[in-house]
Amino acid sequence: MTDTVDGERADQRSAAPEPATPEWERLDHRTVLVTVLILIGVAVLAGVPTTVGLTAWRGIGFALAWVLPGAFLMIAVLAGADELRWRRTRYRVSSDTVELHRGILFLSRRRLARARIRAVDTSAHPVMRVFGLTRLTIGTGEQGGGGTDTETIVLEPVTRETGERLRGLLLNRDSSSGTDTNADDTERLATWRLAWVRYAPLSIATVIFVGAIVGVPFQVADWFGRGGLPVEVVRALIERHGVWPVIALGIPVIVIAAGIASAALNLEAWWSYRLDREPGGTLRVRRGLLTSRSLTLDEQRVRGIDLIEPLGVRLVGAARVQVVATGLSTEAEQKSELSTLLPAAPRPLALEVAERVCGEAPSVPLAGHPVAARGRRLRWALITVAVLVAGWALLAGLTGWTTWWSITVGVLVALTTAALVARALDSYRNLGHALTERHLVTRHGSIRRSTVLLRRDGIIGWQVRQSVFQRRKGLATLIATTAAGKGRYAVTDADAGRALELAAEAVPDLIEPFLAASSDSGR
Amino acid sequence: MSEPARRTELRPPTHRYDSRVVAWWRTQWVVITAVVVVPLVILAALIPAARFWLLLPAVVVTIIGGAAAIALPLWWFRFHRWEVTDRAVYTRTGYFWQNWRIAPMSRIQTVDTTRGPIQRLFGLSTVKVTTASSAGAVAIEGLAEADADRVAHELALITDATPGDAT
Repeated sequence: MTDTVDGERADQRSAAPEPATPEWERLDHRTVLVTVLILIGVAVLAGVPTTVGLTAWRGIGFALAWVLPGAFLMIAVLAGADELRWRRTRYRVSSDTVELHRGILFLSRRRLARARIRAVDTSAHPVMRVFGLTRLTIGTGEQGGGGTDTETIVLEPVTRETGERLRGLLLNRDSSSGTDTNADDTERLATWRLAWVRYAPLSIATVIFVGAIVGVPFQVADWFGRGGLPVEVVRALIERHGVWPVIALGIPVIVIAAGIASAALNLEAWWSYRLDREPGGTLRVRRGLLTSRSLTLDEQRVRGIDLIEPLGVRLVGAARVQVVATGLSTEAEQKSELSTLLPAAPRPLALEVAERVCGEAPSVPLAGHPVAARGRRLRWALITVAVLVAGWALLAGLTGWTTWWSITVGVLVALTTAALVARALDSYRNLGHALTERHLVTRHGSIRRSTVLLRRDGIIGWQVRQSVFQRRKGLATLIATTAAGKGRYAVTDADAGRALELAAEAVPDLIEPFLAASSDSGR
Repeated sequence: MSEPARRTELRPPTHRYDSRVVAWWRTQWVVITAVVVVPLVILAALIPAARFWLLLPAVVVTIIGGAAAIALPLWWFRFHRWEVTDRAVYTRTGYFWQNWRIAPMSRIQTVDTTRGPIQRLFGLSTVKVTTASSAGAVAIEGLAEADADRVAHELALITDATPGDAT
């Protein structure tokens, strides 16, 4: 058109001595804006109580004279630091490397070979999302010697479009079809349903929240120097309404509040969750309500899955799926973040997802373990009860025995015994193992039942453990060591001979040279 | 009880530890016991009031430590074994809790030889072999220094020749 000549000349100019390396790029400048907004929020949260406190002490004029300049100074300094960071940070994606130069006082240069990049994750908290920004973490997905630090490049923030473009580029995927790549061969494995939130209160999170709900008031009261305040409040309530109404109303209220809290947490974490298998051989999890996250897992690192059924969740017929993969960071938070492929969901779906990820169904029939294993568990349950009874008796003896004590202790002992025995029996019933074409299957646990499918070619060593008691009963625990997940997965309390035969069959030629068939039953 | 049919078992590894390992283990036990008992005795000498309550645990620990120092090394020496084939490293350790470990050559990542201060007094070394699994390390204590160096050297040669990143 009108600028064809100019356009051509421009093309020639850029085409002729084109540098092999592309330009350095900068992060998005709006990072300063995001920082300022967050700091304003922090200032308000910290400033209001401080103002209230200072007002009570010296008057509102005094309070504002201290708080406002302080807040302003903090915001200015930290925003200035962020601006400096923005100026000093540059990154570049060339044909075979990704480079990052950054640092205010200490300059740091990091270079990552593109051939090694197998994970590109994004994370965007609400303020970033308002501006369409996201934090991009580019990694090899391998666990470096000193943690994952040296193996990742973090770009915070870039625009969402840049994030998707880089992801497509670095993972060798064509992202021209847009951010929601469901048009091409991306295989959708699972999609979130709102109904799954009902499983959240049944998990351990509720117990933790109960602890928090009880503990936090004490902590907060302590900050204000009135550490005994919650106890006083409860005591006043008891005096007005009596012990039993307070307990009968208080405990359910606390538990329900904890349940709501864990449901809310689950909702935020898993909103709009999707699990996709992408053509380049990666699994992608996208989820999040306030903070949207995208996590990538290279399927070459996958060595199996772990179907986890915590007790509460199991009773309502649900389960969750975690992946057993190499190179996941050992930090607890990151491990559960990345390794959970499917949150608590109806069991048939969990089985289906597990099967589609690892290629074989976790619902194979499992061989049970010898009855002696049940005896072992029952003995431990009864020993625990005996210890508890002894402890209570000691306590009652020290504080004076009363009828109220005897009834309470009696009831508690009965309940605990029933619970522990039930747990022991359930734990025995859940023991099992199997060998499929490509996996070793082992299951154990009661409060947290876990069925692990471990790739047979991912087993890199064996360990056989036998305690004195196991030896007497002909039991042994076979442990398969692997580079993935926890590093070791056990077939607990199996028949000793069968366990060895299982090991011999699972990984041919590893344990066999050390096996001997004995025809006597001696040790 | 069990059927007279054939039962699969693990045969013991072929080699024992060097006999000096008994003395080394005994020394370790004595040191551990002393570390606990000596402060208690010193405190008992200094604080007459609590003498009984300090000396009582000291005596108990001494008895237990002494018994362990006498008996455990002997049992361990009889039971601990090691073996290096051309395919794997195989060890058996423990006494009350018995532990068999097998690490295949193709999955070994590092081979270390270490010598603690007390070990050096007895001319012993430990060869430790790690795999990509955090739980897959196999250690052979109680090797004479020359043997340890030889074994480590052989292992390094074999694992060098095996390709792959051993995961």
